[in-house]
Amino acid sequence: MATLKEMSRKEEILTGGHRLCAGCGASIVARQVLSATQNPVVVALATGCLEVSTTIYPHTAWRSSYIHNAFENVAATLSGVETAFRALKKRGKLEGDFDFIAFGGDGGTYDIGLQSLSGAMERGHDLLYVCYDNGAYMNTGIQRSSATPSGADTTTSPAGRVIPGKRENRKELTDIIAAHNIPYVAQAAPSNWKDMTRKAQKALESDGSTFLNTLAVCPRGWRTAEEKGIEITKLAVDTCFWPLFEVENGKWKLNYKPKEKLPLVEWLKVQGRFKHLFQKGNEEMLEKMQEYVDQRWQKILRLCGEE
Amino acid sequence: MKRVALTGNEAVSLAMKQINPDVVAAYPITPQTEIVQMFSQYVADGQVDTEFITVESEHSAMSASIGASASGARAMTATSANGLALMWEVMYIAASSRLPIIMPVVNRALSAPINIHCDHSDAMGARDSGWIQLFSENSQEAYDNVIQAIRIAESANVLLPVMVNLDGFIISHAVENIDVLDDEKVQDFIGSYTADYSLLDKDNPITFGPLALQDYYFEAKRQQVEAMKYAHKAIPEVAREYEKLTGRGYGYFTPYRMEDAEVVIIGLGSTMGTAQVAVDELRKEGNKVGLLKLRVFRPFPKEELARMLAGIPVVGVMDRADTFSGNGGPLFADLNTVLYGGEERPELYNFIYGLGGRDINVSNLMEIYRYLLNARDGQTLNRVNYFGVRE
Repeated sequence: MATLKEMSRKEEILTGGHRLCAGCGASIVARQVLSATQNPVVVALATGCLEVSTTIYPHTAWRSSYIHNAFENVAATLSGVETAFRALKKRGKLEGDFDFIAFGGDGGTYDIGLQSLSGAMERGHDLLYVCYDNGAYMNTGIQRSSATPSGADTTTSPAGRVIPGKRENRKELTDIIAAHNIPYVAQAAPSNWKDMTRKAQKALESDGSTFLNTLAVCPRGWRTAEEKGIEITKLAVDTCFWPLFEVENGKWKLNYKPKEKLPLVEWLKVQGRFKHLFQKGNEEMLEKMQEYVDQRWQKILRLCGEE
Repeated sequence: MKRVALTGNEAVSLAMKQINPDVVAAYPITPQTEIVQMFSQYVADGQVDTEFITVESEHSAMSASIGASASGARAMTATSANGLALMWEVMYIAASSRLPIIMPVVNRALSAPINIHCDHSDAMGARDSGWIQLFSENSQEAYDNVIQAIRIAESANVLLPVMVNLDGFIISHAVENIDVLDDEKVQDFIGSYTADYSLLDKDNPITFGPLALQDYYFEAKRQQVEAMKYAHKAIPEVAREYEKLTGRGYGYFTPYRMEDAEVVIIGLGSTMGTAQVAVDELRKEGNKVGLLKLRVFRPFPKEELARMLAGIPVVGVMDRADTFSGNGGPLFADLNTVLYGGEERPELYNFIYGLGGRDINVSNLMEIYRYLLNARDGQTLNRVNYFGVRE
């Protein structure tokens, strides 16, 4: 495992000068994951923030090969690339190895791209799929997705006079992908960079399909200060909203247990998208959200044999 | 070369076997399913060393083909009807990314009502996607078109995907004697493929599928028009070489007894074989009728068609799909455009027929010819006619 110093000296695959917002978590996730690569890389992107902001023709921010196809099909697209690699290598037209990495936001992964992702995982292509989950369709202007936490105020689940933001709980995609019985599935956060890069490396070294679900702050959508992103991500981890765990060949393992599990409100109160929940009358909503996180955390502990 | 009895699906999968593509990504759908099945068997038996991706949908079949083709692989898929409709979004991306993917389409009606039988609504739904579209009258043509499609698609300056159409069930499931090439002959004809740009060229990384806005998008589209012009040139060049190899000639279209014809039918697919018999019958009675079987629908051979049809008094245009514009089918619309303003412009009449696999036989076609002969003689005929339907 490379040290931080070594990684910092590695040439960046995603260069600076791209047009993502200041404080965007997606580029931090991408850079941490890519710092773990050891072969030439083909990056594939689902339509989304990371895609539109890094390849505005005639420019590209990618030093590696890169393909974007459409919104819902990055997994299928990269499965074609990976298959072509095997076909051409078998026929002696290519040598060496590649790392194949797909990036998709939560919209492109949890929602519209779920079928394509599930298909690619089931077929076992040797690729890593990284979801940067910022909890809404941020690229189109903060619409709710199935990854949006309950209670969040988004432009399609607005906090109104009658409805206090998103009413449904989020989908636990990491568990769904773990049910595909692929070699490696993990949940990570850029606040815990060492854990993130270790997981990316482990995923890339595994034979077959691997999946990394990462929490990516969106200062616009979360309504948070640009410079506070990593601190806020750390709160998501310490409140157990975003547990860090891995499932290696079917075995669940907890990677981080907060010394003191913080109340969920510590994470909620720093974000504008949850501001309305602190108004009088919404106490029940906050309780329900805490209850959901607690149940989820208990389930993770149980699955990881930590009880 | 040998003569064998094959269904259309068998002929297509044999062509795919002989091409031995690097990657095939496909999903089953009636009436294309047999192609996927037979190709799977070729893979399982080691008769090809293609990497076969059993995708979970047609959308992913095309998406994976795009990924494979962008990686420098020779990529193929096949589909029908709703499967093609599901691919629609990514078909545009394949064409605009200039990826020479080959796709046999076993033509079938689009839902609803759900129907598994032949019409051309699937192919016509994708007519503006930027794909080259070839149509086949029978298994022989389907086989020959698939092999030629590789060369057309990969021609310098073309680099466009090609769809090879064959009528569902009528061609796909009917057995015919056809001439097939030896495997080596096919390999020699198609040659090896090296893409100019590949995702897997580690020394020359490339960005495929960027965002291009008001400042560059239009140029990408304009270049596709140029590529289609090159395709128009490449199609007869490839056909000439193929004729040297097989003795079977192919053009943009095939005229049949057109020499002194006053009434001509033009159309696509298997019905054109049936129409030949009708022409023979009517010629026996002394009627000056002819037939134009169109093979290349995209790019549309506008000048050649205008020349061929100039001076013919009456042309019946057979469409096995409707546009619901109220102004007839897709071929009718294109031909009207081509002939508009031309000298010695024929009178055009449209017959929309055979939707959802409704049978069309020799006597039906003779009936259509008689309507057209009467129109030539001054009788009134609707511009757009729905033939063989309860109205």
